[in-house]
Amino acid sequence: MIHSLFLINQSGDIFLEKHWKSVIGRSVCDYFFEAKEKAVDPENVAPVLQTPHHYLISILRGKLFFLSVIQTEVPPLFVIEFLHRVADTFQDYFGDCSEGVIKDNLVTVYELLEEMLDNGFPLATESNVLKEMIRPPTILRSVVNTLTGGSNVGDTLPTGQLSNIPWRRAGVKYTNNEAYFDVIEEIDAILDKSGTTVCAEIQGVIEACVRLTGMPDLTLSFMNPRLLDDVSFHPCVRFKRWESERVLSFIPPDGNFTLMTYHVSSQNLVAIPVYVKQNISFFETGPCGRLDITIGPKQTMGKTVEGLMVTIHMPKAVLSANLTATQGNYSYDLATKVLVWDIGKLNPQKLPNLRGSLSMQAGVPRPEENPSLNIELKIQQLAISGLKVSRLDMYGEKYKPFKGVKYVTKAGKFQVRT
Amino acid sequence: RYSLHLLFEAPISQCVLIACSENDISSEMFFLSILPLRHDDLKEMLDSNKDSLKLEAMKRIVAMIARGKNASDLFPAVVKNVACKNIEVKKLVYVYLVRYAEEQQDLALLSISTFQRGLKDPNQLIRASALRVLSSIRVTIIVPIMMLAIKEAASDMSPYVRKTAAHAIPKLYSLDPEQKDQLIEVIEKLLADKTTLVAGSVVMAFEEVCPERIDLIHKNYRKLCNLLIDVEEWGQVVIINMLTRYARTQFLNPNINEKKAEAMAMAKRKPYVMDPDHRLLLRNTKPLLQSRNAAVVMAVAQLYFHLAPKAEVGVIAKALVRLLRSHSEVQYVVLQNVATMTIKRRGMFEPYLKSFYIRSTDPTQIKVLKLEVLTNLANETNISTILREFQTYIKSMDKDFVAATIQAIGRCATNIGEVRDTCLNGLVQLLSNRDELVVAESVVVIKKLLQMQPEKHSDIIKHMAKLTDNIQVPMARASILWLIGEYCEHVPKIAPDVLRKMAKSFTNEEDIVKLQIINLAAKLYLTNSKQTKLLTQYVLNLAKYDQNYDIRDRARFIRQLIVPTEKSGALSKYAKKLFLALKPAPVLESPFKDRDHFQLGSLSHLLNAKAGGYQELPDWPEAAPDPSVRNVEVKESVRCDTQCGSDNLICQTFLSPFDSDLFSTESDSASGSESGSGSGEESGSGSQMLSFSTIAPSSTVKSYELLHRITGEGLSVEYCFSRQPFSSDANMVAVQMQFTNNSTSETKSLHMEDVKLQSGMRVKEFAEIESLPAGESATAVMGIDFCDSTQAANFQLKFFVSIQPPVGELMQPVFLTENEFKKEQGQLMGMNEITEKLTLDIKCRNEHAIVQRVTTTANLSRVPCGSDKECRFAGRTVTSGSLVLVTVVTKDEGATQLTVNCEKMVIGTMLVKDILLALTQ
Repeated sequence: MIHSLFLINQSGDIFLEKHWKSVIGRSVCDYFFEAKEKAVDPENVAPVLQTPHHYLISILRGKLFFLSVIQTEVPPLFVIEFLHRVADTFQDYFGDCSEGVIKDNLVTVYELLEEMLDNGFPLATESNVLKEMIRPPTILRSVVNTLTGGSNVGDTLPTGQLSNIPWRRAGVKYTNNEAYFDVIEEIDAILDKSGTTVCAEIQGVIEACVRLTGMPDLTLSFMNPRLLDDVSFHPCVRFKRWESERVLSFIPPDGNFTLMTYHVSSQNLVAIPVYVKQNISFFETGPCGRLDITIGPKQTMGKTVEGLMVTIHMPKAVLSANLTATQGNYSYDLATKVLVWDIGKLNPQKLPNLRGSLSMQAGVPRPEENPSLNIELKIQQLAISGLKVSRLDMYGEKYKPFKGVKYVTKAGKFQVRT
Repeated sequence: RYSLHLLFEAPISQCVLIACSENDISSEMFFLSILPLRHDDLKEMLDSNKDSLKLEAMKRIVAMIARGKNASDLFPAVVKNVACKNIEVKKLVYVYLVRYAEEQQDLALLSISTFQRGLKDPNQLIRASALRVLSSIRVTIIVPIMMLAIKEAASDMSPYVRKTAAHAIPKLYSLDPEQKDQLIEVIEKLLADKTTLVAGSVVMAFEEVCPERIDLIHKNYRKLCNLLIDVEEWGQVVIINMLTRYARTQFLNPNINEKKAEAMAMAKRKPYVMDPDHRLLLRNTKPLLQSRNAAVVMAVAQLYFHLAPKAEVGVIAKALVRLLRSHSEVQYVVLQNVATMTIKRRGMFEPYLKSFYIRSTDPTQIKVLKLEVLTNLANETNISTILREFQTYIKSMDKDFVAATIQAIGRCATNIGEVRDTCLNGLVQLLSNRDELVVAESVVVIKKLLQMQPEKHSDIIKHMAKLTDNIQVPMARASILWLIGEYCEHVPKIAPDVLRKMAKSFTNEEDIVKLQIINLAAKLYLTNSKQTKLLTQYVLNLAKYDQNYDIRDRARFIRQLIVPTEKSGALSKYAKKLFLALKPAPVLESPFKDRDHFQLGSLSHLLNAKAGGYQELPDWPEAAPDPSVRNVEVKESVRCDTQCGSDNLICQTFLSPFDSDLFSTESDSASGSESGSGSGEESGSGSQMLSFSTIAPSSTVKSYELLHRITGEGLSVEYCFSRQPFSSDANMVAVQMQFTNNSTSETKSLHMEDVKLQSGMRVKEFAEIESLPAGESATAVMGIDFCDSTQAANFQLKFFVSIQPPVGELMQPVFLTENEFKKEQGQLMGMNEITEKLTLDIKCRNEHAIVQRVTTTANLSRVPCGSDKECRFAGRTVTSGSLVLVTVVTKDEGATQLTVNCEKMVIGTMLVKDILLALTQ
């Protein structure tokens, strides 16, 4: 299936190659570089490319391209999903997935890639199994290893791979047993010029951090499971129980994992936490334009809106911005033409406002379109859909774990058209 | 002190160790990069007897490989360390070996004996890893050794080693395709494997080596369907894709009635009935739509698209829309597939129209695909919303996207007649846009739209004629010129003038424009030769000396055709007819039309071209092949012991008088086949249930879990109330237990201990099962006297377990006539009668369903009855023999009265509750 993998940085250098079958020369990447050249932005490169003898399937993670070479028919999503899993694993191991980090841990990376695929077919992709075979680096261990000749490779053989529950390693022990669940909801919305909602939906995810001794069997139930319209689960969740009882019953992986993602039924009206009053105009005469943006709270359920930030991709003709913000700071990047206004906490008594003039390149016609506003925000202690976890029960173990649930609402792809 | 001790070893070790001790904050590569070492030094380190130095050297070498640098000349030094004790050194040597063995075949042979030894290791993981590396070394000379190793590993005790064997098969096949026949034998053997670990890998091997041997799947089909949910996610994708192809060859098209032409033929044939195996596949894949893995979701979606009845395909829409939230690469692939699906099954995505709205931050390729989907979804009802949405897109800064939007508007206009004028007007307004690309694209689209009704729109043509002065994009100029030429009769005054201007600029035009100028000239010459004769001559003369031979040819050809001379043939008479023939309007259709002849989700579908190794999705067969090929002989050990024979008889007498349908389905499953029809539903884990269905004689018998395989450390136990009289004690309820050993080792001496009961209860233990080998199942029957109460019987079965009976299982059927029933009922009035009013569930409003639900809930037999509005059931409690009489009287619209008469009031109340639940759900 997957023949080779090349890791490529933004400037087009191949800094790692791995082949699972016969070696394929680097020149195959030239087709990719050609496509990259044509696309203005790196994200516009088509993920699947056809060359005379191979197919190239690539993903862009952070600033790196993961480029895989394929020779025969394979579902493209299979490869894409796998490449993202590789990137996730690096993230999990090294806390980051950047060129520097990968170069620093080249051997560990190579060992991981060796275990994740066999002859191009995925072998071990569960983080728990991998961690049993190859230990993630810590500063202390790398020092000890270099002095003593110890190794990163686990000396116990991985048993997780053999069990029926490959996501959990055996013999987990903790002195403090704890299970935390973060319910994170994102509002995806498009608002039009007048502030009416063009479309809006809520996507949620439950991130779990479970550190429990032994083989606990957990049951998580909701006050209002009917809200959940569409769900996807970590493989540990027993689907039958969800179907019949609407509870999440599972033996958790050890550590951090995504328990489920969900979509809140679109019949429910989505509460939009902020409103935006904006006026961006470019004048026909004279090289300038005006910008005036005010943001205020709308449906916040009595909570404070934090981490408010507005990003605007300006037309190419905008040279600079001379603005004043009543709250927060703004910056305008001349190269990328991105205006970022970092507001912070929203104070309902004194609404933040950004206004001023934009100077335009002379001689260039007035831009047709007003740029749209992308908004980021965060509301702590609130799941905007109203979803509530009612209880978490544990079976199979005797001790009493410490349990916690946290709710956060964020703006996802939240766009205001102007 | 340690480092000092080493200082005397060798000069390189010195520098390395100093580097190490000085950089205590370093990550592993820090010092590797500051000290580039020569190959000689590395060789020296590999030859040393210190593992730490070897490891250091190997790390550097692997880092070289990773960077794509050549390290092949170190081969002899590295291969010596293949038997090194240190695991990490060993692993890195393996990495090196696999990379360079192909180039240094002779030297690579030195390592083979190590792996051969590893294949015999008592530890399964070492056996597996030895096989893995051995099979990855691409050296032709060891093919026989590999073959032998694979064959041996395929019958290994450990499923993990068998999985590795499955992985090795495609490797050997690519090395030496002549081994195919032998490898197919191994595949056949591994396909029969019952563990989830092996299933995905062997199907992968099957797909690479012998995808055409569909016959190998028959016997394993049901097992694969049932195992599917427990297979790891990558294996799931491969299995689902393979089963899609399989189903296309074995089952009938469920949507056969869709095609009207065939409906006639259908009428003569027998009506379509879905094969239960087809249903099994659809049912067992559906939960996987909830997978976190996008590839699995897509695989199920394509399976439903290709195999499910039209009415059921809709379920995939929601899951696919969910994937649109994922990474942009995932979105890209999903949207391509959605685009194809929307052409055939538009309805299922219509509710999600808004999910395809475009954000200015989407990458262009995503925008264009979303646009495609929106266009496909457009119909009379939603077109106004979609057009409003398109209007905002036209103002986008991304000009490629704007061009695509204009195309989309054009397509909406051709497909939906009502909005054609609105669209056309909108596009004409765009002609005054400042961006030339926008104008050009609009011109091209308008041209296509005008061809549909040119007579109504001469003013638009005039407007466009004026544009030739400004617009520079060749395609647009060419389009305008063609339009004027084609409809020159509608603009008789302007057309010659345009030609005049064009003649002036002819030499500077692009080739496509020149060709259209010649066309325009020819058409004008034929319709209005008075004004344009000279101009045409001029243009043709210019073209005659053009650099492009196409243009010269065209000019020559047209001159012959339109300008009559003595030599010109008969054709010139028809010149006008030739040039001004009525041309059919172009059909603007989606580039995704008919792409579904490729299996969705495949690379070939995405590229719209056959990729290497792509397996065609076969058409449905006209007549279904024999379904019995999928039947599997049941092993004797799985069948229940002595009572099995009488099983059928009892069921027959109980059920057949009033439910012939029920009986026929169950005679299937009881006749020894592993029928899929009822099996998957009741249990979570398919593998156990598979064999279970053969024991449970009727689909009405429900099984319960006694011990989960995880809590039981591999042992799982399920039990059911078999509803047969317990032979040794008539006062006991028979409980049938099914033991499955899911672990990798044998379980010994299964028996009951430490039985804890409420007073009065008694238990007849089952005979001890002496040993249960790994992967096997066994059954046993025990009897419990529950004393007519629903208290649990607790006991130890290696682990603490308990059996609590539903109230309906505490009785056994008795046969009464209608008169006897009424008489007995008359004696059980007052306190002993409980009446409840209820509304029947919609699905349950017929006699058949009522009987089925009541007999499923309680072990009662039906009392014959004259009226079809009344159903009566009778039974006696097992211990005390008290009568239990149930009457269900139905009235209009599901209003129903349920009466239970029983001496034991507790049993009566509980029974009412249970039956009520069964009838209303």
